Amino acid sequence: MADVGETRIITRRMHERPDDSWTIEASLGSGGYDGLRKALTMTGEQIGQEQVKASGLRGRGGAGFPTATKWSFLPKGVYPRYLVVNADEGEPSTFKDRMLIERDPHQLIEGIVIAAFAIGCNLAFVYVRGEFALGYDRLRQAVDDARAKGFLGTDILGSGFDLDIVLHRGAGAYICGEETGLLESLEGERGMPRIRPPFPAIEGLYAKPTVVNNVETLATLPHIILMGGEEYAKLGVGRSTGTRLFSLSGHVNRPGNYEVELGNTFRDLIFSPQLGGGIRNGGSVKFFIPGGASSQWLTGSDEHLDAPLDMDAVSALGVMLGSGAVMVYDETTSPALVAWRLAKFFAHESCGKCTPCREGTGWLEKVLYRLSHGLGRPEDLDLLLDVGDNISPGLNAPFSQTTICPLGPSAVSAVVSLNKYFRDEVLAGIAAAEVPA
Amino acid sequence: MAFTPENLARAREVVARYPRPKSAILPLAHLAQDQDGWLTRDAMAEIAQLTGVTAADVLGTCSFYTMFKRDPVGRLVVSVCTNATCLVTGGPEVLEHLEHRYADDPEVTVEEVECIAACGGAPAMQVNYEFHEKLTPDTAAEVVEAYRRGELEARTVSGSRR
Ligand SMILES: Cc1cc2nc3c(=O)[nH]c(=O)nc-3n(C[C@H](O)[C@H](O)[C@H](O)COP(=O)(O)O)c2cc1C
Ligand code: SF4
Ligand code: FES
Repeated sequence: MADVGETRIITRRMHERPDDSWTIEASLGSGGYDGLRKALTMTGEQIGQEQVKASGLRGRGGAGFPTATKWSFLPKGVYPRYLVVNADEGEPSTFKDRMLIERDPHQLIEGIVIAAFAIGCNLAFVYVRGEFALGYDRLRQAVDDARAKGFLGTDILGSGFDLDIVLHRGAGAYICGEETGLLESLEGERGMPRIRPPFPAIEGLYAKPTVVNNVETLATLPHIILMGGEEYAKLGVGRSTGTRLFSLSGHVNRPGNYEVELGNTFRDLIFSPQLGGGIRNGGSVKFFIPGGASSQWLTGSDEHLDAPLDMDAVSALGVMLGSGAVMVYDETTSPALVAWRLAKFFAHESCGKCTPCREGTGWLEKVLYRLSHGLGRPEDLDLLLDVGDNISPGLNAPFSQTTICPLGPSAVSAVVSLNKYFRDEVLAGIAAAEVPA
Repeated sequence: MAFTPENLARAREVVARYPRPKSAILPLAHLAQDQDGWLTRDAMAEIAQLTGVTAADVLGTCSFYTMFKRDPVGRLVVSVCTNATCLVTGGPEVLEHLEHRYADDPEVTVEEVECIAACGGAPAMQVNYEFHEKLTPDTAAEVVEAYRRGELEARTVSGSRR
């Protein structure tokens, strides 16, 4: 294994100025808003369909959709249109957007102004996860300071372009991270996802054309503009260009957020001395969950550890890079217990709109509870798969769905993984716990 | 309790930010909790008036969100994570300890929550939405006590700075 380190682009300022990186002074003292100045000399079309397109930037919120393509879906000539920033980060074990908001809010604001200018939008909304109290305070201060310096408001830096930002706090609901649930919530409703089509680009917030982008996606834009899209695309591998921020947690020696060039491997991330630093107590990886709780799992096998951090390559293994979370579990971990806790999460967060998800996630939780607490029955694994099949027929990745949004199918990932990699362990556990007749 | 005159003025400002008034329901419910310590029926009725919907609409929206407390809670809301990373690093033990310790304490409300995006410092909790990481049952209780003694300054139960 090579001694891989970070490639700091969007995390550079917060490492250089750990004591004040969130202030306007720190931002301006280290190249803040230079990307915006350059962007304002271009046309919106040049930013989106030349620079961002050439950069190969794909969404960092979970789905990995190409950003320039998403912007191109906006119907021509229909105004007003809105930019909605997804700062609702709730995918279990993902904690990168919170860091970007708390420690470099100006970088995010700069990205928002660039994106809004590129798509021709004059009002942007930032949907901030309700629990991010400090992040909200810092963003509010940053918006005020940016406005005072002429980076927001009317006639930004003399360009004739106007933009205002409304900060909007959520109130505790994971499903509001799903883009249409988010839009419902922003309209003052229960955060229940909408049936698509119509997609937000056509009918989004207040039924107007809307782009929803993730915090990290937008925070990357100033750097793409400054470096040039083609230069940015030289980083990374294949269609996974640039860097991504990985939230590494669990039984590693050095949990934390690491900005890593795509194309390095999970092994690099978990074991490199400058990154995860290996497993606690010199242990080994039993399994890990890439991409957040919604992804299927991988094991400590060489094949899995040596898989590249590449959105396309990992999908061949049936998993995803998703939100960039990587949860690592050592040999002491009960996979059934982890599966139960994730099922409990999905059952709690199901919005209740679709029957297979509302009912199915509850059943997964109940059956996994008894399975992980010494009360399992030999037929339970198959029962779980049967319930899962009603939510995601075929149980294959990428998952099919009988539901309105992907939350329901996501809940099935843990069950499929448990069966795939730990069936024998689970069955042995059931047999050992059984009270002799 | 209705909004104080000062908060009423703020509430009107908030409504004016949005193309449609109904969008202000969440921010106004936070404002009401900042003021009252929980989300009262009276506050929901007033939010309904301010946003041009019925009180039932406001309740319908607010009941979807876990941060809105529709019954009185303690001055300190302690939210302990037990999700996938905290699960294997001691979160459930922190929760159990605090639940027992503060079971009969009207000042402190302990709740189990889903991942709060602090997994790099697991196990983690929030006290009125201020983060505290790398906890043990004992250090977690010490943190709560520090708030009680006023050594740590608590946000409102909706997480705003006073
Ligand atoms: C259940 C669910 C939860 C999601 N949560 C988030 C989230 O917290 N943050 C986020 O940016 N995207 C989240 N997404 C993805 C969004 O729907 C959307 O794809 C993303 O915000 C688009 O931004 P991007 O193209 O810049 O990645 C979630 C999706 C689903 C299905
Ligand atoms: S899949 Fe689940 S969370 Fe998604 S819309 Fe249906 S019930 Fe709601
Ligand atoms: S799992 Fe506890 S903070 Fe994320």
